[in-house]
Amino acid sequence: MYSQGLIGADSSSEETPEFLAEFQKRIDREEKIEPNDPMPSGYRKTLVRQIGQHAHSEIVGMLPEGNWITRAPTLRRKIALLAKVQDEGGHGLYLYSAAETLGVSRKQMTEELLSGKAKYSSIFNYPTPTWADMGAIGWLVDGAAIMNQIPLCRCSYGPYARAMVRVCKEESFHQRQGYEIMISLAHGSPEQKEMAQDALNRWWWPSIMMFGPHDSDSTNSDQSMAWKIKRFSNDELRQKFIDATIPQAEYLGLTVPDPDLKWNPEKNDGKGGYDFGAIDWDEFWTVVKGGGKMNVDRITARQKAWDDGEWVRDAALAHAKKQTAKKASATLAAE
Amino acid sequence: MGNDVLFETLLRLADNHLILGHRLSEWCGHAPMLEEDLAMPNIALDLIGQSRALYAYAAEIENQGRSEDDLAFLRLEKDYHNILMVERPNGDFGHTMLRQFLFSSFMVLFWERAQNSTDKVLSGIAGKAFKESQYHVRHTAEWIIRLGDGTEESHKRMTAATAALAPYIGELFEADAVDQSAISAGIIPRASDLRGAWETQVRSVYAEATLEPILDHQAQTGGRIGQHTEDMGFLLAQLQYVQRTYPNMTW
Repeated sequence: MYSQGLIGADSSSEETPEFLAEFQKRIDREEKIEPNDPMPSGYRKTLVRQIGQHAHSEIVGMLPEGNWITRAPTLRRKIALLAKVQDEGGHGLYLYSAAETLGVSRKQMTEELLSGKAKYSSIFNYPTPTWADMGAIGWLVDGAAIMNQIPLCRCSYGPYARAMVRVCKEESFHQRQGYEIMISLAHGSPEQKEMAQDALNRWWWPSIMMFGPHDSDSTNSDQSMAWKIKRFSNDELRQKFIDATIPQAEYLGLTVPDPDLKWNPEKNDGKGGYDFGAIDWDEFWTVVKGGGKMNVDRITARQKAWDDGEWVRDAALAHAKKQTAKKASATLAAE
Repeated sequence: MGNDVLFETLLRLADNHLILGHRLSEWCGHAPMLEEDLAMPNIALDLIGQSRALYAYAAEIENQGRSEDDLAFLRLEKDYHNILMVERPNGDFGHTMLRQFLFSSFMVLFWERAQNSTDKVLSGIAGKAFKESQYHVRHTAEWIIRLGDGTEESHKRMTAATAALAPYIGELFEADAVDQSAISAGIIPRASDLRGAWETQVRSVYAEATLEPILDHQAQTGGRIGQHTEDMGFLLAQLQYVQRTYPNMTW
Protein backbone atom coordinates (compact mmCIF):
# COMPACT_ATOMS: atom_id res chain seq x y z
CA MET A 1 0.00 0.00 0.00
CA TYR A 2 2.84 2.25 0.92
CA SER A 3 4.50 1.70 -2.42
CA GLN A 4 1.31 2.25 -4.42
CA GLY A 5 1.18 5.75 -2.94
CA LEU A 6 4.69 6.24 -4.17
CA ILE A 7 3.88 5.44 -7.74
CA GLY A 8 1.41 8.32 -7.68
CA ALA A 9 3.95 10.61 -6.06
CA ASP A 10 6.44 9.79 -8.76
CA SER A 11 4.24 10.49 -11.74
CA SER A 12 3.28 13.88 -10.34
CA SER A 13 6.85 15.15 -10.11
CA GLU A 14 7.75 17.35 -13.04
CA GLU A 15 11.35 17.03 -14.03
CA THR A 16 12.08 20.61 -14.90
CA PRO A 17 15.71 21.75 -14.91
CA GLU A 18 14.91 23.55 -11.62
CA PHE A 19 13.62 20.33 -10.04
CA LEU A 20 16.70 18.40 -11.14
CA ALA A 21 19.03 21.14 -9.90
CA GLU A 22 17.25 21.23 -6.51
CA PHE A 23 17.55 17.45 -6.25
CA GLN A 24 21.24 17.58 -7.10
CA LYS A 25 21.74 20.21 -4.39
CA ARG A 26 20.25 17.87 -1.81
CA ILE A 27 22.58 15.12 -3.02
CA ASP A 28 25.57 17.43 -2.87
CA ARG A 29 24.65 18.43 0.71
CA GLU A 30 24.85 14.67 1.47
CA GLU A 31 21.18 14.58 2.48
CA LYS A 32 19.62 11.12 2.41
CA ILE A 33 16.76 10.71 -0.07
CA GLU A 34 13.81 8.95 1.57
CA PRO A 35 10.93 6.99 -0.04
CA ASN A 36 8.37 9.81 0.00
CA ASP A 37 10.74 12.49 -1.23
CA PRO A 38 10.40 13.77 -4.78
CA MET A 39 13.08 12.22 -7.00
CA PRO A 40 13.85 12.13 -10.72
CA SER A 41 12.38 9.08 -12.42
CA GLY A 42 15.85 8.15 -13.67
CA TYR A 43 17.11 8.07 -10.07
CA ARG A 44 14.22 5.81 -9.08
CA LYS A 45 14.72 3.53 -12.09
CA THR A 46 18.46 3.23 -11.52
CA LEU A 47 17.88 2.28 -7.90
CA VAL A 48 15.13 -0.21 -8.66
CA ARG A 49 17.41 -1.88 -11.18
CA GLN A 50 20.44 -1.88 -8.91
CA ILE A 51 18.71 -2.92 -5.68
CA GLY A 52 16.68 -5.56 -7.55
CA GLN A 53 19.83 -6.98 -9.12
CA HIS A 54 21.50 -6.94 -5.75
CA ALA A 55 18.56 -8.77 -4.10
CA HIS A 56 18.45 -11.37 -6.88
CA SER A 57 22.19 -11.93 -6.51
CA GLU A 58 21.71 -12.76 -2.83
CA ILE A 59 18.92 -15.21 -3.62
CA VAL A 60 20.61 -16.93 -6.56
CA GLY A 61 23.82 -16.77 -4.51
CA MET A 62 22.25 -19.17 -2.01
CA LEU A 63 22.48 -21.96 -4.60
CA PRO A 64 26.20 -22.46 -5.23
CA GLU A 65 26.91 -22.63 -1.49
CA GLY A 66 23.68 -24.44 -0.71
CA ASN A 67 25.20 -27.16 -2.89
CA TRP A 68 27.53 -28.09 0.02
CA ILE A 69 25.26 -27.80 3.07
CA THR A 70 24.44 -31.52 3.08
CA ARG A 71 28.09 -32.43 2.42
CA ALA A 72 29.95 -30.08 4.78
CA PRO A 73 32.81 -32.02 6.41
CA THR A 74 32.21 -31.30 10.13
CA LEU A 75 29.31 -30.27 12.35
CA ARG A 76 30.93 -26.91 12.95
CA ARG A 77 31.36 -26.26 9.23
CA LYS A 78 27.84 -27.47 8.49
CA ILE A 79 26.31 -25.08 11.01
CA ALA A 80 28.46 -22.17 9.80
CA LEU A 81 27.62 -22.78 6.14
CA LEU A 82 23.91 -23.18 6.78
CA ALA A 83 23.88 -19.97 8.82
CA LYS A 84 25.80 -18.20 6.08
CA VAL A 85 23.46 -19.23 3.30
CA GLN A 86 20.56 -18.24 5.53
CA ASP A 87 22.17 -14.80 5.97
CA GLU A 88 22.23 -14.40 2.19
CA GLY A 89 18.49 -15.05 2.14
CA GLY A 90 18.12 -12.43 4.87
CA HIS A 91 20.06 -9.92 2.75
CA GLY A 92 17.72 -10.68 -0.13
CA LEU A 93 14.79 -9.94 2.13
CA TYR A 94 16.08 -6.52 3.30
CA LEU A 95 16.98 -5.60 -0.25
CA TYR A 96 13.60 -6.55 -1.69
CA SER A 97 12.09 -4.45 1.09
CA ALA A 98 14.35 -1.53 0.20
CA ALA A 99 13.31 -1.86 -3.47
CA GLU A 100 9.64 -2.04 -2.46
CA THR A 101 9.94 1.48 -1.00
CA LEU A 102 10.47 2.59 -4.61
CA GLY A 103 7.15 1.20 -5.79
CA VAL A 104 7.99 -2.24 -7.10
CA SER A 105 6.72 -5.47 -5.51
CA ARG A 106 8.75 -8.54 -4.58
CA LYS A 107 6.50 -10.69 -6.76
CA GLN A 108 7.13 -8.45 -9.75
CA MET A 109 10.88 -8.53 -9.14
CA THR A 110 10.85 -12.32 -8.79
CA GLU A 111 8.98 -12.70 -12.05
CA GLU A 112 11.53 -10.46 -13.77
CA LEU A 113 14.34 -12.62 -12.41
CA LEU A 114 12.70 -15.80 -13.66
CA SER A 115 11.91 -14.38 -17.10
CA GLY A 116 15.51 -13.26 -17.50
CA LYS A 117 14.53 -9.58 -17.70
CA ALA A 118 16.34 -8.81 -14.45
CA LYS A 119 19.97 -9.82 -14.00
CA TYR A 120 21.93 -11.11 -11.03
CA SER A 121 25.64 -11.20 -10.39
CA SER A 122 27.32 -13.40 -12.99
CA ILE A 123 29.66 -14.90 -10.43
CA PHE A 124 26.93 -17.28 -9.30
CA ASN A 125 26.89 -18.94 -12.71
CA TYR A 126 30.13 -20.73 -11.87
CA PRO A 127 29.87 -24.20 -10.31
CA THR A 128 31.08 -25.30 -6.86
CA PRO A 129 32.57 -28.75 -7.46
CA THR A 130 34.67 -28.99 -4.27
CA TRP A 131 34.51 -28.11 -0.58
CA ALA A 132 37.33 -25.59 -1.17
CA ASP A 133 34.86 -23.53 -3.20
CA MET A 134 33.13 -22.70 0.09
CA GLY A 135 36.41 -21.18 1.23
CA ALA A 136 37.14 -19.39 -2.03
CA ILE A 137 33.65 -17.93 -2.35
CA GLY A 138 33.75 -16.54 1.18
CA TRP A 139 37.24 -15.19 0.80
CA LEU A 140 37.11 -13.82 -2.76
CA VAL A 141 33.48 -13.39 -3.77
CA ASP A 142 32.33 -12.00 -0.43
CA GLY A 143 35.59 -10.06 -0.25
CA ALA A 144 34.85 -8.42 -3.61
CA ALA A 145 31.23 -7.84 -2.59
CA ILE A 146 32.39 -6.02 0.54
CA MET A 147 34.61 -3.69 -1.52
CA ASN A 148 31.56 -2.85 -3.60
CA GLN A 149 29.14 -2.58 -0.71
CA ILE A 150 31.02 -0.59 1.92
CA PRO A 151 30.66 2.59 -0.16
CA LEU A 152 26.98 1.73 -0.60
CA CYS A 153 26.49 2.28 3.15
CA ARG A 154 26.84 5.98 2.20
CA CYS A 155 24.56 5.71 -0.83
CA SER A 156 22.26 8.73 -1.20
CA TYR A 157 19.11 6.59 -1.01
CA GLY A 158 18.36 6.10 2.71
CA PRO A 159 16.71 2.65 2.78
CA TYR A 160 19.45 1.12 0.59
CA ALA A 161 22.24 2.71 2.62
CA ARG A 162 20.75 1.47 5.89
CA ALA A 163 20.22 -2.07 4.58
CA MET A 164 23.86 -2.10 3.48
CA VAL A 165 25.15 -1.33 6.98
CA ARG A 166 23.82 -4.62 8.30
CA VAL A 167 24.65 -6.54 5.13
CA CYS A 168 28.28 -5.38 5.27
CA LYS A 169 28.72 -6.50 8.87
CA GLU A 170 27.52 -9.98 7.97
CA GLU A 171 29.52 -10.11 4.74
CA SER A 172 32.68 -9.25 6.58
CA PHE A 173 32.02 -12.16 8.93
CA HIS A 174 31.45 -14.43 5.91
CA GLN A 175 34.67 -13.27 4.34
CA ARG A 176 36.65 -14.21 7.44
CA GLN A 177 34.81 -17.52 7.66
CA GLY A 178 35.76 -18.29 4.04
CA TYR A 179 39.35 -17.30 4.60
CA GLU A 180 39.48 -19.54 7.65
CA ILE A 181 38.35 -22.48 5.49
CA MET A 182 41.16 -21.61 3.07
CA ILE A 183 43.68 -21.54 5.95
CA SER A 184 42.70 -25.04 7.12
CA LEU A 185 42.99 -26.36 3.57
CA ALA A 186 46.20 -24.54 2.69
CA HIS A 187 47.81 -25.80 5.90
CA GLY A 188 46.36 -29.29 5.48
CA SER A 189 47.28 -32.40 3.52
CA PRO A 190 48.66 -32.26 -0.06
CA GLU A 191 45.15 -33.11 -1.37
CA GLN A 192 43.67 -30.25 0.62
CA LYS A 193 46.31 -27.79 -0.61
CA GLU A 194 45.67 -28.87 -4.16
CA MET A 195 41.93 -28.40 -3.62
CA ALA A 196 42.54 -24.88 -2.27
CA GLN A 197 44.83 -23.93 -5.19
CA ASP A 198 42.34 -25.29 -7.70
CA ALA A 199 39.54 -23.23 -6.16
CA LEU A 200 41.68 -20.09 -6.25
CA ASN A 201 42.50 -20.80 -9.91
CA ARG A 202 38.82 -21.01 -10.77
CA TRP A 203 37.51 -18.11 -8.67
CA TRP A 204 40.25 -15.50 -9.08
CA TRP A 205 39.34 -14.06 -12.48
CA PRO A 206 35.56 -14.24 -12.03
CA SER A 207 36.02 -12.34 -8.74
CA ILE A 208 38.05 -9.66 -10.48
CA MET A 209 35.29 -9.39 -13.08
CA MET A 210 32.69 -8.82 -10.36
CA PHE A 211 33.62 -5.13 -10.36
CA GLY A 212 32.23 -4.82 -13.85
CA PRO A 213 33.69 -3.47 -17.11
CA HIS A 214 36.59 -1.02 -17.14
CA ASP A 215 35.62 2.59 -16.44
CA SER A 216 36.25 3.42 -20.09
CA ASP A 217 33.55 0.90 -21.10
CA SER A 218 31.10 1.38 -18.27
CA THR A 219 27.79 2.97 -19.24
CA ASN A 220 25.56 4.72 -16.66
CA SER A 221 28.48 5.19 -14.29
CA ASP A 222 28.81 8.97 -14.43
CA GLN A 223 25.18 9.66 -13.57
CA SER A 224 25.28 7.14 -10.70
CA MET A 225 28.39 8.85 -9.34
CA ALA A 226 26.76 12.29 -9.61
CA TRP A 227 23.70 11.02 -7.74
CA LYS A 228 26.01 9.42 -5.17
CA ILE A 229 24.43 6.02 -5.65
CA LYS A 230 27.95 4.96 -6.53
CA ARG A 231 31.02 6.46 -4.82
CA PHE A 232 33.97 4.80 -6.54
CA SER A 233 34.53 3.64 -10.10
CA ASN A 234 34.75 -0.04 -11.10
CA ASP A 235 38.48 0.16 -11.70
CA GLU A 236 39.16 1.93 -8.39
CA LEU A 237 37.35 -0.76 -6.45
CA ARG A 238 38.98 -3.56 -8.45
CA GLN A 239 42.43 -2.17 -7.69
CA LYS A 240 41.62 -1.90 -3.97
CA PHE A 241 40.43 -5.49 -3.92
CA ILE A 242 43.52 -6.82 -5.67
CA ASP A 243 45.87 -4.84 -3.43
CA ALA A 244 44.10 -6.16 -0.31
CA THR A 245 43.87 -9.76 -1.49
CA ILE A 246 47.37 -10.53 -2.81
CA PRO A 247 49.00 -10.50 0.67
CA GLN A 248 46.22 -12.83 1.88
CA ALA A 249 47.01 -15.28 -0.94
CA GLU A 250 50.70 -15.06 -0.05
CA TYR A 251 49.94 -15.87 3.58
CA LEU A 252 48.08 -18.96 2.41
CA GLY A 253 51.07 -19.97 0.28
CA LEU A 254 48.83 -20.14 -2.80
CA THR A 255 49.59 -18.77 -6.25
CA VAL A 256 47.26 -16.21 -7.82
CA PRO A 257 46.73 -17.39 -11.42
CA ASP A 258 48.01 -14.22 -13.10
CA PRO A 259 51.59 -14.32 -14.47
CA ASP A 260 51.48 -10.55 -15.06
CA LEU A 261 50.86 -9.70 -11.42
CA LYS A 262 53.64 -7.37 -10.25
CA TRP A 263 54.11 -4.85 -7.45
CA ASN A 264 54.31 -1.35 -8.87
CA PRO A 265 55.55 1.24 -6.35
CA GLU A 266 54.33 4.12 -8.55
CA LYS A 267 50.68 3.02 -8.47
CA ASN A 268 47.96 4.61 -6.29
CA ASP A 269 49.70 8.04 -6.28
CA GLY A 270 53.01 6.57 -5.17
CA LYS A 271 51.57 4.41 -2.38
CA GLY A 272 52.14 1.36 -4.53
CA GLY A 273 49.77 -1.27 -5.87
CA TYR A 274 49.68 -4.30 -8.09
CA ASP A 275 49.74 -4.32 -11.87
CA PHE A 276 47.71 -7.20 -13.20
CA GLY A 277 47.10 -9.03 -16.46
CA ALA A 278 44.38 -8.51 -19.06
CA ILE A 279 40.87 -9.54 -18.07
CA ASP A 280 39.09 -11.90 -20.44
CA TRP A 281 36.01 -9.79 -21.15
CA ASP A 282 34.78 -12.28 -23.72
CA GLU A 283 34.32 -14.79 -20.91
CA PHE A 284 32.60 -12.15 -18.79
CA TRP A 285 30.06 -11.27 -21.49
CA THR A 286 29.51 -14.93 -22.40
CA VAL A 287 28.53 -15.67 -18.80
CA VAL A 288 26.43 -12.49 -18.46
CA LYS A 289 24.54 -13.44 -21.60
CA GLY A 290 23.69 -16.91 -20.31
CA GLY A 291 26.63 -19.03 -21.49
CA GLY A 292 28.12 -19.86 -18.07
CA LYS A 293 28.19 -23.44 -16.86
CA MET A 294 25.40 -22.91 -14.35
CA ASN A 295 23.17 -20.12 -15.78
CA VAL A 296 20.44 -22.52 -16.85
CA ASP A 297 20.64 -24.60 -13.68
CA ARG A 298 20.41 -21.54 -11.43
CA ILE A 299 17.26 -20.19 -13.03
CA THR A 300 15.78 -23.67 -13.32
CA ALA A 301 16.28 -24.13 -9.57
CA ARG A 302 14.67 -20.76 -8.77
CA GLN A 303 11.80 -21.48 -11.15
CA LYS A 304 11.24 -24.90 -9.57
CA ALA A 305 11.16 -23.44 -6.05
CA TRP A 306 8.69 -20.79 -7.26
CA ASP A 307 6.43 -23.29 -9.06
CA ASP A 308 6.58 -25.95 -6.33
CA GLY A 309 5.76 -23.29 -3.76
CA GLU A 310 2.74 -21.87 -5.54
CA TRP A 311 0.20 -24.10 -3.78
CA VAL A 312 1.73 -23.12 -0.43
CA ARG A 313 1.49 -19.41 -1.14
CA ASP A 314 -2.06 -19.81 -2.47
CA ALA A 315 -3.09 -21.78 0.62
CA ALA A 316 -1.60 -19.20 2.99
CA LEU A 317 -3.52 -16.47 1.18
CA ALA A 318 -6.77 -18.45 1.16
CA HIS A 319 -6.47 -19.22 4.87
CA ALA A 320 -5.77 -15.57 5.68
CA LYS A 321 -8.87 -14.52 3.72
CA LYS A 322 -11.00 -17.07 5.56
CA GLN A 323 -9.69 -15.79 8.90
CA THR A 324 -10.48 -12.19 7.95
CA ALA A 325 -13.98 -13.19 6.88
CA LYS A 326 -14.51 -15.11 10.14
CA LYS A 327 -13.41 -12.12 12.19
CA ALA A 328 -15.65 -9.81 10.22
CA SER A 329 -18.71 -12.01 10.70
CA ALA A 330 -17.89 -12.40 14.42
CA THR A 331 -17.73 -8.62 14.78
CA LEU A 332 -21.01 -8.30 12.91
CA ALA A 333 -22.66 -10.89 15.17
CA ALA A 334 -21.38 -9.05 18.27
CA GLU A 335 -22.97 -5.82 17.06
CA MET B 1 23.59 -48.62 35.00
CA GLY B 2 26.81 -48.47 33.02
CA ASN B 3 28.06 -45.61 30.90
CA ASP B 4 27.04 -47.57 27.80
CA VAL B 5 23.36 -46.94 28.50
CA LEU B 6 23.96 -43.20 28.83
CA PHE B 7 26.17 -43.26 25.71
CA GLU B 8 23.54 -45.10 23.64
CA THR B 9 20.77 -42.81 24.93
CA LEU B 10 22.73 -39.71 23.93
CA LEU B 11 23.60 -41.18 20.56
CA ARG B 12 19.96 -41.96 19.70
CA LEU B 13 18.90 -38.44 20.61
CA ALA B 14 21.83 -36.94 18.71
CA ASP B 15 21.13 -39.03 15.61
CA ASN B 16 17.45 -38.00 15.59
CA HIS B 17 18.44 -34.36 15.63
CA LEU B 18 21.30 -34.54 13.16
CA ILE B 19 19.37 -36.53 10.58
CA LEU B 20 16.25 -34.37 10.80
CA GLY B 21 18.37 -31.19 10.73
CA HIS B 22 20.14 -32.55 7.66
CA ARG B 23 16.85 -33.27 5.91
CA LEU B 24 15.51 -29.83 6.73
CA SER B 25 18.71 -28.18 5.52
CA GLU B 26 18.07 -29.69 2.06
CA TRP B 27 15.38 -27.01 1.67
CA CYS B 28 17.76 -24.08 2.05
CA GLY B 29 17.45 -21.98 -1.11
CA HIS B 30 14.45 -23.92 -2.44
CA ALA B 31 11.59 -22.88 -0.14
CA PRO B 32 8.15 -21.71 -1.33
CA MET B 33 8.91 -18.18 -0.09
CA LEU B 34 11.90 -16.27 1.16
CA GLU B 35 10.58 -16.18 4.73
CA GLU B 36 10.70 -19.99 4.79
CA ASP B 37 14.20 -19.93 3.31
CA LEU B 38 15.08 -18.27 6.59
CA ALA B 39 12.77 -20.17 8.95
CA MET B 40 13.64 -23.74 7.88
CA PRO B 41 17.41 -23.22 8.21
CA ASN B 42 16.70 -21.66 11.62
CA ILE B 43 15.04 -24.85 12.79
CA ALA B 44 17.73 -26.96 11.11
CA LEU B 45 20.40 -24.93 12.90
CA ASP B 46 18.71 -25.57 16.24
CA LEU B 47 18.47 -29.29 15.55
CA ILE B 48 22.05 -29.69 14.35
CA GLY B 49 23.20 -27.51 17.26
CA GLN B 50 21.39 -29.83 19.68
CA SER B 51 22.94 -32.87 18.02
CA ARG B 52 26.37 -31.31 18.33
CA ALA B 53 25.99 -30.82 22.08
CA LEU B 54 24.75 -34.40 22.42
CA TYR B 55 27.55 -35.92 20.31
CA ALA B 56 30.19 -33.94 22.16
CA TYR B 57 28.85 -35.22 25.48
CA ALA B 58 28.47 -38.77 24.13
CA ALA B 59 32.11 -38.71 22.98
CA GLU B 60 33.16 -37.59 26.45
CA ILE B 61 31.12 -40.36 28.13
CA GLU B 62 32.47 -42.99 25.75
CA ASN B 63 36.02 -41.84 26.45
CA GLN B 64 37.53 -43.81 23.57
CA GLY B 65 39.16 -40.86 21.84
CA ARG B 66 36.32 -40.37 19.34
CA SER B 67 35.25 -36.78 18.64
CA GLU B 68 31.79 -35.33 17.98
CA ASP B 69 32.60 -35.46 14.25
CA ASP B 70 33.78 -39.09 14.42
CA LEU B 71 30.39 -39.95 15.87
CA ALA B 72 28.42 -37.78 13.48
CA PHE B 73 30.24 -38.70 10.25
CA LEU B 74 32.12 -41.95 10.61
CA ARG B 75 29.74 -44.72 11.56
CA LEU B 76 28.14 -47.40 9.42
CA GLU B 77 24.49 -47.08 8.54
CA LYS B 78 23.46 -49.77 11.02
CA ASP B 79 25.19 -47.82 13.80
CA TYR B 80 23.00 -44.74 13.36
CA HIS B 81 20.14 -45.15 15.82
CA ASN B 82 17.63 -42.50 14.80
CA ILE B 83 13.93 -43.17 14.45
CA LEU B 84 12.68 -43.71 10.89
CA MET B 85 10.48 -40.61 10.74
CA VAL B 86 13.49 -38.26 10.64
CA GLU B 87 15.23 -39.99 7.73
CA ARG B 88 12.16 -40.01 5.47
CA PRO B 89 12.59 -37.83 2.37
CA ASN B 90 11.20 -34.30 2.62
CA GLY B 91 8.32 -34.73 0.19
CA ASP B 92 6.55 -31.45 -0.45
CA PHE B 93 6.59 -28.48 1.91
CA GLY B 94 3.46 -29.69 3.70
CA HIS B 95 5.00 -33.10 4.33
CA THR B 96 8.14 -31.49 5.73
CA MET B 97 6.14 -29.21 8.02
CA LEU B 98 3.96 -32.06 9.26
CA ARG B 99 6.95 -34.31 9.99
CA GLN B 100 8.56 -31.47 11.93
CA PHE B 101 5.33 -30.74 13.79
CA LEU B 102 4.83 -34.38 14.85
CA PHE B 103 8.45 -34.70 15.95
CA SER B 104 8.78 -31.33 17.68
CA SER B 105 5.45 -31.73 19.50
CA PHE B 106 6.95 -34.88 21.00
CA MET B 107 10.31 -33.27 21.73
CA VAL B 108 8.76 -30.32 23.58
CA LEU B 109 7.23 -32.77 26.07
CA PHE B 110 10.40 -34.85 26.17
CA TRP B 111 12.76 -31.92 26.76
CA GLU B 112 10.43 -30.32 29.28
CA ARG B 113 10.69 -33.41 31.48
CA ALA B 114 14.33 -34.09 30.63
CA GLN B 115 15.17 -30.81 32.34
CA ASN B 116 14.80 -32.87 35.53
CA SER B 117 17.16 -35.57 34.27
CA THR B 118 19.46 -37.11 36.88
CA ASP B 119 22.20 -36.41 34.36
CA LYS B 120 23.15 -32.78 34.83
CA VAL B 121 24.67 -32.26 31.38
CA LEU B 122 21.61 -33.69 29.65
CA SER B 123 19.32 -31.58 31.81
CA GLY B 124 21.30 -28.52 30.69
CA ILE B 125 20.96 -29.46 27.02
CA ALA B 126 17.24 -30.06 27.63
CA GLY B 127 16.76 -26.54 29.02
CA LYS B 128 17.95 -24.92 25.80
CA ALA B 129 16.33 -27.49 23.52
CA PHE B 130 12.97 -27.12 25.29
CA LYS B 131 12.80 -23.42 24.43
CA GLU B 132 13.87 -24.05 20.84
CA SER B 133 11.35 -26.85 20.28
CA GLN B 134 8.51 -24.66 21.50
CA TYR B 135 9.28 -22.32 18.64
CA HIS B 136 9.45 -25.25 16.20
CA VAL B 137 5.99 -26.40 17.26
CA ARG B 138 4.54 -22.91 17.00
CA HIS B 139 5.95 -22.33 13.54
CA THR B 140 4.96 -25.70 12.11
CA ALA B 141 1.52 -25.79 13.75
CA GLU B 142 0.70 -22.49 12.06
CA TRP B 143 1.61 -24.03 8.72
CA ILE B 144 -0.40 -27.21 9.33
CA ILE B 145 -3.45 -25.03 10.01
CA ARG B 146 -2.86 -22.74 7.02
CA LEU B 147 -2.29 -25.63 4.64
CA GLY B 148 -4.98 -27.94 5.98
CA ASP B 149 -7.56 -25.18 5.91
CA GLY B 150 -6.22 -23.25 2.88
CA THR B 151 -7.29 -24.47 -0.56
CA GLU B 152 -8.69 -27.71 -1.91
CA GLU B 153 -5.27 -28.64 -3.23
CA SER B 154 -3.43 -27.84 -0.01
CA HIS B 155 -6.01 -29.81 1.98
CA LYS B 156 -5.52 -32.79 -0.34
CA ARG B 157 -1.76 -32.60 0.00
CA MET B 158 -1.95 -32.37 3.79
CA THR B 159 -4.30 -35.34 3.93
CA ALA B 160 -1.72 -37.29 1.91
CA ALA B 161 1.08 -36.18 4.24
CA THR B 162 -0.97 -37.24 7.26
CA ALA B 163 -1.30 -40.72 5.80
CA ALA B 164 2.31 -40.93 4.65
CA LEU B 165 3.68 -40.07 8.09
CA ALA B 166 1.22 -42.10 10.14
CA PRO B 167 3.34 -45.33 10.16
CA TYR B 168 6.27 -43.46 11.72
CA ILE B 169 4.41 -42.10 14.76
CA GLY B 170 4.45 -45.25 16.91
CA GLU B 171 8.23 -45.42 17.06
CA LEU B 172 8.35 -42.08 18.91
CA PHE B 173 6.77 -43.76 21.93
CA GLU B 174 8.68 -47.05 21.94
CA ALA B 175 11.11 -48.11 24.62
CA ASP B 176 13.52 -51.03 24.34
CA ALA B 177 15.76 -52.45 27.10
CA VAL B 178 18.27 -49.58 26.72
CA ASP B 179 15.51 -47.00 27.06
CA GLN B 180 14.07 -48.85 30.04
CA SER B 181 17.42 -48.69 31.85
CA ALA B 182 17.78 -44.99 31.07
CA ILE B 183 14.21 -44.35 32.27
CA SER B 184 14.78 -46.32 35.49
CA ALA B 185 17.93 -44.30 36.14
CA GLY B 186 15.96 -41.07 35.69
CA ILE B 187 18.05 -39.97 32.70
CA ILE B 188 15.12 -39.58 30.31
CA PRO B 189 11.32 -39.51 30.68
CA ARG B 190 9.22 -42.51 29.68
CA ALA B 191 8.02 -41.74 26.13
CA SER B 192 4.73 -43.62 26.53
CA ASP B 193 3.85 -41.29 29.44
CA LEU B 194 3.96 -38.38 26.97
CA ARG B 195 1.52 -39.87 24.49
CA GLY B 196 -1.65 -38.42 26.02
CA ALA B 197 -0.39 -34.85 26.06
CA TRP B 198 1.09 -35.30 22.58
CA GLU B 199 -2.20 -36.53 21.15
CA THR B 200 -4.16 -33.69 22.73
CA GLN B 201 -1.82 -31.17 21.12
CA VAL B 202 -1.80 -32.89 17.73
CA ARG B 203 -5.57 -33.42 17.67
CA SER B 204 -6.25 -29.79 18.45
CA VAL B 205 -4.03 -28.58 15.59
CA TYR B 206 -5.45 -31.17 13.17
CA ALA B 207 -8.96 -30.06 14.12
CA GLU B 208 -8.18 -26.44 13.41
CA ALA B 209 -6.57 -27.53 10.16
CA THR B 210 -9.73 -29.55 9.29
CA LEU B 211 -7.56 -32.66 8.94
CA GLU B 212 -8.55 -36.18 9.95
CA PRO B 213 -5.94 -37.47 12.41
CA ILE B 214 -4.39 -40.92 11.82
CA LEU B 215 -2.52 -41.52 15.05
CA ASP B 216 -2.84 -45.26 15.65
CA HIS B 217 -1.47 -46.69 12.41
CA GLN B 218 0.59 -49.86 12.64
CA ALA B 219 4.10 -48.64 13.40
CA GLN B 220 7.21 -49.07 11.29
CA THR B 221 10.09 -49.39 13.70
CA GLY B 222 13.70 -50.53 13.97
CA GLY B 223 15.54 -47.23 13.70
CA ARG B 224 16.91 -47.35 17.26
CA ILE B 225 18.67 -50.62 16.50
CA GLY B 226 19.92 -49.45 13.12
CA GLN B 227 17.31 -51.03 10.82
CA HIS B 228 16.64 -48.21 8.39
CA THR B 229 14.62 -47.48 5.27
CA GLU B 230 16.44 -47.40 1.92
CA ASP B 231 16.68 -43.61 1.98
CA MET B 232 19.15 -43.64 4.86
CA GLY B 233 22.10 -44.87 2.82
CA PHE B 234 21.76 -42.05 0.31
CA LEU B 235 21.46 -39.49 3.08
CA LEU B 236 24.68 -40.83 4.63
CA ALA B 237 26.41 -40.87 1.25
CA GLN B 238 26.04 -37.09 1.20
CA LEU B 239 26.58 -36.49 4.90
CA GLN B 240 29.80 -38.54 4.97
CA TYR B 241 31.08 -37.69 1.50
CA VAL B 242 34.05 -35.48 2.41
CA GLN B 243 35.06 -37.44 5.52
CA ARG B 244 34.98 -40.74 3.62
CA THR B 245 36.69 -39.45 0.48
CA TYR B 246 39.52 -37.72 2.34
CA PRO B 247 40.01 -39.72 5.55
CA ASN B 248 41.98 -38.47 8.58
CA MET B 249 42.15 -34.80 7.67
CA THR B 250 41.33 -31.62 9.53
CA TRP B 251 38.69 -29.39 8.01
